[in-house]
Amino acid sequence: MLRFVLRRLALMVPVLVGLSILLFAWLRALPGDPARSMLGQRATPDGIARINEAYGFDEPLVQQYFSYVRALLSGDFGSSIKTGRPVFDSFVEQFPATIELAVTALTLAVVIGVPLGYLAATHQGRLLDTFVISGSLLGVVTPVFFLAILLKLVFADWLTWLPTSLRQDPRIDATHPTNFYILDGLMTREWDAVWNAGLHLILPAIALGTIPLAIIVRITRASVSEVLHEDYVRTAESKGLSRRTVSRRHVLRNALLPVVTTIGLQAGLLFSGAVLTETVFAFNGIGNYLFEAISSRDYPVLQGYILFIAIIYALINLLVDVAYGLIDPRVRVS
Amino acid sequence: MSIDLPPAGGPVGGHYGDSEAHPEAGIDDEGKGLSLWRGAWQRLRRNPSAIAGALIVLTFVVIAIAAPLLAPYEPGSAQWSGEVTPTDVPGPDKDHLLGLDRFGSDLYTQLLFGARQSLVYGVVSTAIGLVVGAFLGILSGGIGGWVDTAVMRVVDIMLSIPSLLLAVSVAAVLGQNAYSVMIAIGAAQVPIFARLLRGSMLAQARSDYVLAANALGIRRQRIVFGHILPNALGPTIVQATLNLATAIIEVAALSFLGLGESDPAIAEWGRMLVAAQDRFDAAPRLALLPGAAIAITALGFTLFGEALREALDPRTRR
Repeated sequence: MLRFVLRRLALMVPVLVGLSILLFAWLRALPGDPARSMLGQRATPDGIARINEAYGFDEPLVQQYFSYVRALLSGDFGSSIKTGRPVFDSFVEQFPATIELAVTALTLAVVIGVPLGYLAATHQGRLLDTFVISGSLLGVVTPVFFLAILLKLVFADWLTWLPTSLRQDPRIDATHPTNFYILDGLMTREWDAVWNAGLHLILPAIALGTIPLAIIVRITRASVSEVLHEDYVRTAESKGLSRRTVSRRHVLRNALLPVVTTIGLQAGLLFSGAVLTETVFAFNGIGNYLFEAISSRDYPVLQGYILFIAIIYALINLLVDVAYGLIDPRVRVS
Repeated sequence: MSIDLPPAGGPVGGHYGDSEAHPEAGIDDEGKGLSLWRGAWQRLRRNPSAIAGALIVLTFVVIAIAAPLLAPYEPGSAQWSGEVTPTDVPGPDKDHLLGLDRFGSDLYTQLLFGARQSLVYGVVSTAIGLVVGAFLGILSGGIGGWVDTAVMRVVDIMLSIPSLLLAVSVAAVLGQNAYSVMIAIGAAQVPIFARLLRGSMLAQARSDYVLAANALGIRRQRIVFGHILPNALGPTIVQATLNLATAIIEVAALSFLGLGESDPAIAEWGRMLVAAQDRFDAAPRLALLPGAAIAITALGFTLFGEALREALDPRTRR
């Protein structure tokens, strides 16, 4: 198992090197003089000279690339043009918010999606199945930002049941040692802060979780209905095992393999979705900041964040593969 | 004169293979004497969700093409802008079937022309993704060896960036215009098609008829283009149909992020949705209608694409 993990980590290296070349080339490929395009309308000769010097834009390209990589390896991921703040610092500060949101969304998707998909598969062709299938189809085709806007409109603006934006009511003066607001509240025993942060999470998590939910429902249904027809399930049934044992030990355990893979694949979708969802709800995570960076053409932020996201994405997929090995002994052997 | 068949148990359908590609989809159905496509057509006609999907797609295409004939007014004219106030956007009346939009244009007209925009953007961007991705996939699956390794590494790198961010990055380089959006969304689709076509070509390369053609001494080029490729196309066409749905949603998403077409006179569903956000209380229909239009169109392509996949899948033929 350890060798498998190490080999997978080694395989990440060429991808990351390639990505660093791509991102490096990308920043240079932006229209116009890089310094000018980074400064936008605020470009002054003085500012351009400063940026050129800070980023070494007047050096040969290869040399520039190596100094970029050297900076990356020493933990310097560039700074925001707008605020001058190191990209790494803002990422570390905002990432907990996005993790909190994404984990809630994914948990919702799995906890609701797997049982629904299972029920649909065991009730194929019945009303429940039709209902679940149509619902999941609707979930897949509804744009994330449209759903987010709708939820906000109905539950926050009209019904005023839930807050419209932010992660927590600013009037609650809670301390944030970790920036995971729920965790912070639990640690400092500020229960009203936990409750308030939880309320702020509901709508964004539903918006972000709907597409993964729909996909998980569909994959679970397809996978379960395939396994239900396997010989070993018939054998298990005919040797008199209880329905519960058959579904738990034979059907679910085999049917969940593709579901686990799908959950790993959702990570990329969650990052894309987080940009849109966080923007609608002004939820201060990396997605919202990315949106601001896109709007203000703050390219070093975009460059750094894409690199971080790619690394995290790769690590998540590694974790999924490890989980796969744990569930399925066949994978471990090969 | 030999082709390097991938070793049995190699990467076919493994690391690079798309789990949703059905490698067998292209094999002729000798049993019934029906060609694959004719058989698929018969199955499609009997599938209600295929018909529903096709009807939606057809309606969408007709609206998109005939928008100038169907629309009562010029798009983006904003000629009633005087009637729109921050608290009130006039609703439906006898002159305006769906009322006005936020800028004082006829909402019905804008929606019709939005279909046109979505169709063009969706088709062009998917075509870009398909052509470039297919080229890379054929290169990879047809030549193999180091070309395959190199192409697949590039695809891995592209896949390590979430598609929306990939599109955003490409759009940033190309500047704010219509082509940039199409190329950006097309670029984000390239790795999907490249992997898919490579996977299904490798699966075909292992089949008996390729072995037979190879044994007959047919040139490799002819085996790839005459035998492997046509049989590997099924899953690609299915994916293209499904990607049209995604592309239409992503065009709207890029508009939402402020990266779409900057000319406000051009009707685009995503941007209509954005513009509607600050008039929610006064006129929720401004957001609901374009949003529903995007979802319904995406639904049409998804229904049809999935029915097509089912129809082409040999496992569902019996």
